[in-house]
Amino acid sequence: MATVLQFPANISTLNNYNDLYPDWTQREVSTGTTIMAVEFDGGVVMGADSRTTTGAYIANRVTDKLTPIHERILCCRSGSAADTQAIADAVTYQLGFHSIELDEAPLVQTAASLFRDMCYRYREELMAGIIVGGWDPRRGGQVYTVPVGGMMTRQPVSVGGSGSSYIYGYVDSNYRPGMSKEECLKFTAGALSLAMERDGSSGGVVRLAVISEQGVERQVILGNQLPKFSTV
Amino acid sequence: MALSNVLEPAVSGFNFENSTRNIVLENGSEEGKIKAPTPMKTGTTIAGVVYKDGVVLGADTRATSDEVVADKMCAKIHYIAPNIYCCGAGTAADTEKTTDMLSSNLTIFSMNSGRNPRVVMAVNILQDMLFRYRGMIGAHIILGGVDCTGSHLYTVGPYGSIDKVPYLAMGSGKLPAMGILEDRFKGNMDLEEAKALVSDAIHAGIMSDLGSGNNIDLCVITKEGVDYIRPHRESIYNYKRQAKYKYKPGTTPVLTKSVNQLELELVHETVQMMETAGSS
Repeated sequence: MATVLQFPANISTLNNYNDLYPDWTQREVSTGTTIMAVEFDGGVVMGADSRTTTGAYIANRVTDKLTPIHERILCCRSGSAADTQAIADAVTYQLGFHSIELDEAPLVQTAASLFRDMCYRYREELMAGIIVGGWDPRRGGQVYTVPVGGMMTRQPVSVGGSGSSYIYGYVDSNYRPGMSKEECLKFTAGALSLAMERDGSSGGVVRLAVISEQGVERQVILGNQLPKFSTV
Repeated sequence: MALSNVLEPAVSGFNFENSTRNIVLENGSEEGKIKAPTPMKTGTTIAGVVYKDGVVLGADTRATSDEVVADKMCAKIHYIAPNIYCCGAGTAADTEKTTDMLSSNLTIFSMNSGRNPRVVMAVNILQDMLFRYRGMIGAHIILGGVDCTGSHLYTVGPYGSIDKVPYLAMGSGKLPAMGILEDRFKGNMDLEEAKALVSDAIHAGIMSDLGSGNNIDLCVITKEGVDYIRPHRESIYNYKRQAKYKYKPGTTPVLTKSVNQLELELVHETVQMMETAGSS
């Protein structure tokens, strides 16, 4: 007797669970993460932790999640490592082409729109939460967030990733409009340290980048140099 | 966008037309149940390290099929280009075919452009292909090589994510191997130190993981050339047979013998003259 069978579209008979092979050989690599970006007058500060996990194993403890998209535009990646790397590569190509055609530096909003188009169109297949930050001559420093699902919105300060849930309180209470570049750096480093302390999927070092008219300045804050908050 | 596959345009993903049929077969009535064969995995330990003059890659040589060792001297370090080699962990067939395809594409590219391939190009082609197949190709790969821009070591995951780091271990034995690497890795090591480190890392994997074993292969890549040491260290367990197990003809007694002549009819005969060299 013939029956109509319904099975999920992502069935895979090649990666069945097998006692002999542990979980981290079969799980996808995820950047379960904390990412953050803050606008200031004259530019943006972007920050991220450096942990990439495959299940319970840390596949890379020194990951660089701040990916350059153009000369003065960076993106912070969270979600599936493969998906976000592929999207970032595609957008880098599209933006580069666009910039050559225009013969001028691209707008940050254009980069964010390209991310949004891709993340929305393929929302069923992708798992990617991205924060785009940069500087352009028209509007100065800007931060756009493109979370899972493909929405795009501009925000003066944006956090993302699994560790962001732990720092909404800190960010909401400590952010003031009109902070200077140094204050923004301290704010970002503090927020990321707090998230890394509480979220198992975030950790390693803090990578910071400052984007302004002068270009991109990058820093790394090592594990033992992170700001300490309490000794609990 | 540049095509990663030089030979033919890329088709997206696998064809799953037979999945419904397979499910019906697997869930059939009690007598009719048919179990799909499981692919052979190379439960492996592979490692790589960047040292002063280049890259050292290492691998064990055991290929398992569930609990049985299918191949005791499997080669897990594959040739990609004269200056690029890669180690593959995961499903054996997938790593073999993926690396073969990568190698062919890079050779064609070299011939077309007259350039030696760069490691980053190999990585991009691999990443593109594995991402397109959405994790269905179970290949966890460590790629290492030396090109005009320096020595590089990359890992590519089955879903298409890449990581570039100075030392790496992959496979089912990666946890113990990573422990050795994290403890003793230093930047700018010299050759003997690097070979000892990789060899000890693989050895730790072999001792602590059931899926890894037998011998240790090493591959040293520098800008002068490649030294493929197979095996670098042999297993202390001697698998040589103790005696000759061949039986003399006549050991098995023949009880009866019957000969059946087959009736064959010549139906059709053709003669084709071969053209031989010489005056015609």
